[in-house]
Amino acid sequence: MSKMNLSVSPHIRSARTTQSIMLDVIIALTPALIASVVLYGFRALLLTQISCGFCVLLEFLYEKLLKRPVTVSDLSAVVTGLLVAFNVPVSMPVWMLLVGDLAAIILAKQLFGGLGCNFMNPALVGRIVMMFSFTTALTTYTGSAGLVDAATSATPLADPASYGFMELLFGLHGGVIGETCAAALLLGGIYLCVRGVIKPIIPLVYIGTTVLLTWAFGGVAPLRSALAGGLLLGAIYMATDYVTSPITDKGKVIFGVFLGLITALIRVFGNYSEGVTFAIILGNILVPYINDLTETRPIGANPPAKKEAGK
Amino acid sequence: MAPRFLRSIHVPHFKNTQDSVPARFFEVKSVTIPMSMHIGAPARPVVKVGEHVKTGQLIGEAGGFVSAPIHASISGTVKKIDNLLLAGGGTCQAVTIESDGLNEKAEGLKPPELTDLDSFIQAVRDCGAVGLGGAGFPTSVKLKVDPARVEYILINGAECEPYITSDTHTMRDNPKRIRTGLDALKRFFPQAQIYIGIENNKPEAIRTMREYTDRVELCDVVELPSSYPQGGEKVLIYNTTGRVVPEGKLPLDVGCIVLNATTLACIGKYLMTGEPLTSKCITIDGSAVKNPQNLIVPVGAMIREIVEHIGGLKCEPAKALYGGPMMGTAIPDLDQPILKNTNAVLILDEKDAKIPEPGPCIRCGRCIDTCPLHLMPTELEQACLKKDVKRLSELKINLCMECGSCSFVCPAKRNLVESHKLAKQYVREAGVK
Repeated sequence: MSKMNLSVSPHIRSARTTQSIMLDVIIALTPALIASVVLYGFRALLLTQISCGFCVLLEFLYEKLLKRPVTVSDLSAVVTGLLVAFNVPVSMPVWMLLVGDLAAIILAKQLFGGLGCNFMNPALVGRIVMMFSFTTALTTYTGSAGLVDAATSATPLADPASYGFMELLFGLHGGVIGETCAAALLLGGIYLCVRGVIKPIIPLVYIGTTVLLTWAFGGVAPLRSALAGGLLLGAIYMATDYVTSPITDKGKVIFGVFLGLITALIRVFGNYSEGVTFAIILGNILVPYINDLTETRPIGANPPAKKEAGK
Repeated sequence: MAPRFLRSIHVPHFKNTQDSVPARFFEVKSVTIPMSMHIGAPARPVVKVGEHVKTGQLIGEAGGFVSAPIHASISGTVKKIDNLLLAGGGTCQAVTIESDGLNEKAEGLKPPELTDLDSFIQAVRDCGAVGLGGAGFPTSVKLKVDPARVEYILINGAECEPYITSDTHTMRDNPKRIRTGLDALKRFFPQAQIYIGIENNKPEAIRTMREYTDRVELCDVVELPSSYPQGGEKVLIYNTTGRVVPEGKLPLDVGCIVLNATTLACIGKYLMTGEPLTSKCITIDGSAVKNPQNLIVPVGAMIREIVEHIGGLKCEPAKALYGGPMMGTAIPDLDQPILKNTNAVLILDEKDAKIPEPGPCIRCGRCIDTCPLHLMPTELEQACLKKDVKRLSELKINLCMECGSCSFVCPAKRNLVESHKLAKQYVREAGVK
């Protein structure tokens, strides 16, 4: 018998892999990680490393336990670990962070079938669980050993008037470790667009809508609402998560507008000063419906009413 | 506004053989000629075992309207007529001829006399022409139409598949044949606009074709972008005429006839010499081949013999293909004949033969952004896994041309084309019930 491979065409594949995409996301998040160390000290790096390591370990153990193929080499757990850590302040106790990782990897991702099957962004689920469980720890921005003054308490969203443009751009204020340095986040976002990992549609539409509506609803200065809080981190790195965002360009626009609307509503009228997390999670839930509404129309397709059989 | 060109992707070109002027290799020991190298009814053998045949002699007559005659490609003795397992999975009769080493031409091969359209169509039929781009649809059937309906005749010289350069060489080396074919088309389809579509990475072919069609009215060479799949029939029609072939319709329904450049050259050769289609220019390439090159070989020549003739292989072959890497068919071994519609044989080493393991779909949407016809490959795959025939029809699985772009770009390395082929079968079966 022949030993030659008889696979179906095509017989060549592009070099792009899931792993290389995740690696690009990690590279894109690196400037923000460096900024977090500069701003808040080495504990920021430590928290990030622990979070990544724990996420990978959890995924590995879960898959081993359930005798499923181990997929940690796709690096998606590393990305989740990074994003969970980016959502906590530098003073966060480690065990609380690990609870967030657990929620992200097990609750949001693996219980639904792993990569590609989760319907909510794992890192944001981790953040929400931490937000409700450890509200005080998650919103206490003290204990910094970096550039940011440890005594600084009010975030730019809570007290928008107290910070200048440069302080917002470089993140010289209290906040969670990954979201404050706008310049680093934008740099990573540009990298992701150039590398073709994400399309700029969701970030641009989302940020644009938020800025416009917070200005219209509450008169917040546009630049301020764009640079402050978790909007950049959320819009560039979380709302663009393939699995939990619409698959067509049209759908991405609708998604971006929806996220912007919810974020603006929460920021202006809500009890929380930050609306990004809830907006994206709500948006995630709508994705299947948006996908249904925005299916592509194949070129040459007859009108849908007509049903035909076979080729 | 509608885009000028349909979506396409950059695949590696690998046109290693573009400067390899094809040599002739007719000193084969034997040929095995299947009676089915076209879509439609297989040809019926008209020779007997032990009979002596000469090059160009009819050995299989067309088995129906949608069929094509088949001719001896070398001179020699008919050794056997038996069943052959084709690479596609079917079987058909095949005539094996043992060479007498003389390669004598059959007597009485003379250019046909063209008086009217019917005589031209008969000539196209007699020369055994089938769609040489790969489909193998009998060309005479395509041309048997009311000339008033034909607004465009498109000559497909795109050759968008990686590696393959045989069409390019036919255009470069035998422009006279193409011109003769074009003249006949012009004579019998006088009002049709002819476009010769060639990708812009083949400047030599474009230049030669321009030279040979200079001052021919209503005949232009169209430079296409060098991106895949320019040579897909629907893609070529759109990119040259802006027309869309509707679901379930033929190119003719939008006034188009598409002919492969090599098919036209083969018709032209018959009109000039009366010699039917018995040899093919093929590209032999791939990481396992020592000396990749173009070669003109008799139809039915065995791949193993050809490979040995050009210096053999570097290593144990791990995969061999009829055609290019995007749409070609894998064959089980090298003991397979060259068919009329074989334009390349690729033999790959272990590394190139390896297809990466598929991972879970991450819903990145690259397949949707890539599909030239705006289908949703990942949704089609999901519907296929569920055998959801209704959903497959809604998503227009029947429009998929299996160009392979979606599988190529998929970062999760999912075998989308494989699932689409399976899905079409599900829809067919459901339609039969």
